[in-house]
Amino acid sequence: MSTLAPEKKKPAPPRRSAPELIFGDLWEFDPAPETADPKLKARYELFIDGAFTAPRTGKYFDSINPANEQKLAEIALAGAADVDAAYRAAQRAFDSGWRTMPGRERAKYLYRIARLLQDRAREFAVAETMDGGKPIKESRDFDVPMAAAHFFYHAGWADKLDYVAPGRRVAPLGVVGQVIPWNFPLLMMAWKLAPALAMGNCVVIKPAETTSITALKLAEIFADAGLPPGVVNIVTGAGETGAAVMSHPTAVKVAFTGSTEVGKIIMRSLAGTDKKMTMELGGKAANIVFDDAPLDQAVEGIVNGIFFNQGHVCCAGSRLLVHEPVADVVVAKLKTRIRVLRVGDPLDKNTDLGAINSRAQLDRIRELVDSGVREGAELFQPPCRLPARGFYFRPTIFTGVTQSHRIAREEIFGPVLSILTFRTVDEAVEKANNTAYGLSAGVWTDKGSRILKMSTELKAGVVWANTFNKFDPASPFGGYKESGFGREGGRQGLLDYAKLI
Amino acid sequence: MSSRLPITKTPKVYVGGAFIRSESGRTFPISDAAGSFFANTPQCTRKDLRNAVEAAAKAGPGWARRTAYNRGQILYRLGEMIEARRLELADAIALGGAGAARRAALREVDATVDRLVHYAGWTDKYEQVLGSVNPVAAPYFDFTVTEPMGIVGVIAPDEAPLLGLVSLLAPAITSGNTVVALASETQPYPAIVFGEMLATSDLPGGVVNLLTGFRKELLPTFATHAHLRAISAVATADERRALRLGAAESVKRTHLVKAEEKTDWFADGDHSLHAIRDFVEFKTTWHPVGA
Repeated sequence: MSTLAPEKKKPAPPRRSAPELIFGDLWEFDPAPETADPKLKARYELFIDGAFTAPRTGKYFDSINPANEQKLAEIALAGAADVDAAYRAAQRAFDSGWRTMPGRERAKYLYRIARLLQDRAREFAVAETMDGGKPIKESRDFDVPMAAAHFFYHAGWADKLDYVAPGRRVAPLGVVGQVIPWNFPLLMMAWKLAPALAMGNCVVIKPAETTSITALKLAEIFADAGLPPGVVNIVTGAGETGAAVMSHPTAVKVAFTGSTEVGKIIMRSLAGTDKKMTMELGGKAANIVFDDAPLDQAVEGIVNGIFFNQGHVCCAGSRLLVHEPVADVVVAKLKTRIRVLRVGDPLDKNTDLGAINSRAQLDRIRELVDSGVREGAELFQPPCRLPARGFYFRPTIFTGVTQSHRIAREEIFGPVLSILTFRTVDEAVEKANNTAYGLSAGVWTDKGSRILKMSTELKAGVVWANTFNKFDPASPFGGYKESGFGREGGRQGLLDYAKLI
Repeated sequence: MSSRLPITKTPKVYVGGAFIRSESGRTFPISDAAGSFFANTPQCTRKDLRNAVEAAAKAGPGWARRTAYNRGQILYRLGEMIEARRLELADAIALGGAGAARRAALREVDATVDRLVHYAGWTDKYEQVLGSVNPVAAPYFDFTVTEPMGIVGVIAPDEAPLLGLVSLLAPAITSGNTVVALASETQPYPAIVFGEMLATSDLPGGVVNLLTGFRKELLPTFATHAHLRAISAVATADERRALRLGAAESVKRTHLVKAEEKTDWFADGDHSLHAIRDFVEFKTTWHPVGA
């Protein structure tokens, strides 16, 4: 037994918190524009049967840069006859060799596409940012490299399909129709195409009407890669074109990413058919912060969760559920943090929040934010200057939000965070799950067992613990409940493009 | 010479762990193999269906939380209960039919037991085959596990009234879902007797709820009830359309077998791992790897 007296504790030195560094507009940042040439064409045609084809409608629509409202290019408007031609080309390509091509050879095309995209990464990043409005740091560091990664990952599956479905063999389904959204135009294209092609399907795909350019630039890569004509066909246009893609009788499967509202319309319109479906729809994710969480990291995660891509993210952490003991300090830290977010020119390498994708989306965000104010939530926006032209919205947080507020229930799809509080684990779970959606959730705590408990209880397809908005081709992504069904990524996602035999 | 008039059994459906008649008091007659009156079975209503969904909702979390090992033991026990009463269940299928009909009924019962035992063994294995640890290109531990969808609505075929019903509900409960099932309309009686075996199998009340009644009456509620998270049905083209239309309202999952195409319910191929996969959700969790 030790007889040593316990060492006397030295009094802790008085702790002084670090001074707040709020730069705001105090110092002007020098502009740091990305200057790589996006190599845009004045006019983009449809990509059907391996060739750029003028639309039979004879019509074109403008694609504008949401950062300054200037026209970037005109895009072919595909009508029903164009969609039909695309499907005929896809069926021909499927029957005449793509389905029977050895997986090893199919893989090489996907590897080529991945490599060619990496070669032209900067050019694609600039084009993506100009067409969609997202900050160049995101398109450069996330969208484009991740798109290439998806092709690279799925390429490797093409000759290993015997290992995908234990106990069964798999075959391609046939021709697949796909409609993708405007928030990650190139990346969503890769998410949809790579698994479908690896499995041996052929595709007719429609990008969103505000963001068609990188899809058609990717078609240039398909041509350079020597991808057989008709394996991928790209038809551009708005909702009417999309409806034609989804309902075409040749499509044995349709895959849609977009709003829950449109997803339901598609499900209804296809009710009388036996088409297979994958739906990746909306979300209203809870990002849950417990009192034992590393708060500074959590604040970074909250900011990334809601302001990544201006909040145009279906899995955005748009509801912050914060533990009451730390609610005040988290909100204070958050306000400090978003004061230094830089909103503005998406092509500037220092920009954190770029342009809202379209005027229509900006109007929707404004309408929902107005409803938040009207319904009694307390609004906070940092006093940042916005460019005179283009579609911009300040990073916005609402405190004092209740479950019944529209801003707590409806997907805003913009840089708007609704903050609610909770006292117990059960209350956090109850509030997090109290939504028709179930795409994603975040949990911040130092306690491992609580992470696993929350991950088990949360009705969401993706749970980020002490992180947020992480994606990977090997990691299945997709929702519970009204956030859709089917997965994208990983072996699980690949199986959604397979027929079991 | 003594003759004794036998006591006949009043068919009751098994809902929430209890044997009930329809809240409406309605019944419809079942005929035996010779075409004579056999019994009156409940003609369950939309209200009965909603009550069954409520029972399934109550039982759901507890059943999903059972260990996989325990779920396997219970499914195996259900197999034992049927095996022990296989002749009775065969009678319930044959309803007085003799010879080939009776032999076919016994074959159906035996295939049903084998199917349940097959799924009993899957309860603590499918996760290791369907789930994954995902090698993401960043310092995160990233894993995908399955979870039950919730309450699955089952609409059984008329052909193979016992084996068809069990083939649809077994993969769903294997992973911790609960089930509300509508038995064959033309041959509902095997489901009545099967309910009695469920009741003695250690399966918690409410995990499987069986209704008898008319497809036409109940199908619209199966289609639209938002608490049914998935539908597993053998259905005609019109029924499939109605089920999918209703499913769109709450983005419900549907797995529909075409009634107009012949299904070999005895073939094992379709009744295994991938039938379980049809009624699970995949959940992916990310966590940083660091100090």
